[in-house]
Amino acid sequence: MDSKAAQYWKANLRLLISLLVIWFVVSYGFGIMFADALNAIRIGGVGLGFWFAQQGSIYVFIVLIFFYAARMNALDREFDVHED
Amino acid sequence: MDLNTITYIVVGATFLLYIGIAIWARAGTTGEFYVAGKGVHPVANGMATAADWMSAASFISMAGLIAFNGYGASVFLMGWTGGYVLLALLLAPYLRKFGKFTVPEFIGERFYSQTARLVAVICLILASVTYVIGQMKGIGVAFSRFLETSYEQGLFIGMGIVFVYAVLGGMKGITYTQIAQYVVLIFAYTIPAVFISMNLTGNPIPQLGLIGEMTTGPHAGMDMMARLDQVVTDLGFAQYSEQVMGSKLNMFVYTLSLMIGTAGLPHVIIRFFTVPKVKDARSSAGWALVFIAILYTTAPAVGSMARLNLMNTIQTGPVGEMTANIEYAKVPDWFRKWEATGLLKYEDKNGDGRIQYYNEKNADMAKKAESYGWKGNEMVKVDNDIMVLANPEIAGLPNWVIAIVVAGGLAAALSTAAGLLLAIASAVSHDVIKGMINPDISEKSELLASRLSMIGAIALAGYFGLHPPGFAAGTVAIAFGLAASSIFPVLMMGIFNKKVNRAGAIWGMISGIGITMLYVFQHKGIFFIPGTAFLGDMKPDWFFGISPNAFGAVGAVVNFVVAIAVSKVTAEPPEHIQHLVEDIRVPKGAGAATDH
Repeated sequence: MDSKAAQYWKANLRLLISLLVIWFVVSYGFGIMFADALNAIRIGGVGLGFWFAQQGSIYVFIVLIFFYAARMNALDREFDVHED
Repeated sequence: MDLNTITYIVVGATFLLYIGIAIWARAGTTGEFYVAGKGVHPVANGMATAADWMSAASFISMAGLIAFNGYGASVFLMGWTGGYVLLALLLAPYLRKFGKFTVPEFIGERFYSQTARLVAVICLILASVTYVIGQMKGIGVAFSRFLETSYEQGLFIGMGIVFVYAVLGGMKGITYTQIAQYVVLIFAYTIPAVFISMNLTGNPIPQLGLIGEMTTGPHAGMDMMARLDQVVTDLGFAQYSEQVMGSKLNMFVYTLSLMIGTAGLPHVIIRFFTVPKVKDARSSAGWALVFIAILYTTAPAVGSMARLNLMNTIQTGPVGEMTANIEYAKVPDWFRKWEATGLLKYEDKNGDGRIQYYNEKNADMAKKAESYGWKGNEMVKVDNDIMVLANPEIAGLPNWVIAIVVAGGLAAALSTAAGLLLAIASAVSHDVIKGMINPDISEKSELLASRLSMIGAIALAGYFGLHPPGFAAGTVAIAFGLAASSIFPVLMMGIFNKKVNRAGAIWGMISGIGITMLYVFQHKGIFFIPGTAFLGDMKPDWFFGISPNAFGAVGAVVNFVVAIAVSKVTAEPPEHIQHLVEDIRVPKGAGAATDH
């Protein structure tokens, strides 16, 4: 793999990993492991842990995907590997 | 107009719409049949994916699961949405770049092995067939409950509709029909939710009603969730907002299994082959999740409010006061209607003509109940599945809303069934017939073969719908277990690890499925045949309390470990395969539909 393609791949992996960390934290972290502790904070009538498990994590997932798509489009251009 | 007439009109109109679309979107080439000519706009594809993904189970069963499992049901909400992050980041763009028609085709080529392709075909067919049986059953039940046909007639009508648009239109017909089906099902789901949220909390947005306050009745001003917690705990049930499913560890593993399983289900993955570009594959997964989230973030509101309404219907005042339990003679119409289906059952154990609904397994509650003169829980059956279907009736909504809910349930079942049938048919005609038996087959003959495979798949699904095998009940465990433990890990390694080779992939898949199926079958019986549970005396969740449905994630880990270990001790993949992997990692040069 030539070095430019390797750099592109590395940049992609860095982005992937940081987004997957967020993915993990909002669902498994806030929604499950630390849900009880977070429930001390209220959002409207429910605990924050409960809210993340049934609402918040899903909203974050959507943001993550669109952010990834946008960042990757920029990376594709930066490394000149975009289509057409 | 009475309910039946309206339901016939609404359901009939949606069916005509689906058939009309099918005729308009006929497939003329194999490219159109398998991947809609790779010309579907990412937003349209996202909507179709959402309909494809949300099955009768999402539409009908999930809110009921939430209603009775409370916080514990979060595993379904996160598990069935979080998988799209994995799809968008780890699989979809690369598989689109690879630019072929089926999932086994990628596995066969990346691992330079017809055996790997065959193993993938078998996993795909097993997972898809078990999944499709559930959809067929859903169609039969919806028809027989609301249109007063027999279960069999309902099933045949459903098969007929799928036949028309799936056989004629292939992926192209299915995609455009699914878009229409999405619109029908999302309206059907949200309209009753809006009304119910308005009734209870005065907020028309169910997502806000969930965290809102009660506006009517003696408890106005109290948080809806706090009120629900109080109502259920007063009757000895687990606290809604905190009850867990098994244990926190089980919830963790269960969620992971559903996420990985979602990302590994072939009928979802092939949807990302239909978009024009690699960058469309990325954003299309986001659009799919937007459309899915509209239903999935509404479901917690539907579940909690339906539970509250149900409890309040039966227990109309303070627990223990004789008159606070509704008299059976005075139950609303919907109660009797659902009793007739057998999904709701009441037994007057203490002969007082009133209904006592409480958790008799809770020792404290049982003691209290005795002092009230109660002789056991009298709601001997409350099926999860009635929650969504009965919701409009419980809330007293007009008949046309009920009719739309029926059409929505059918749309959910039909769209998922069609997607699964296409995945099966393309595996048979493209991977087995063209890939293995007759590579020189002409495009015209392959198109014919794929249509015949589709007919075969519909007939098979219909047969199993009429004679549900024992393992239909374990659909979720098998379909997600297979997808999570075999297909997802192999696809991911195929893209992210150049060194994983043929032997690694094959042994990884086999050991991943092997261990998952062993865990599922060890106490439920081999393919759920009674009497073949070979570890019958062991607890079903003996492994760290992880339930069999949640075991796919463990199978996936085994798959990864075995594949990497075996690849280390066997020969590296050949040069051209490593180049292939490098090539799919960059978007540049992704052509339109390619087939060679």
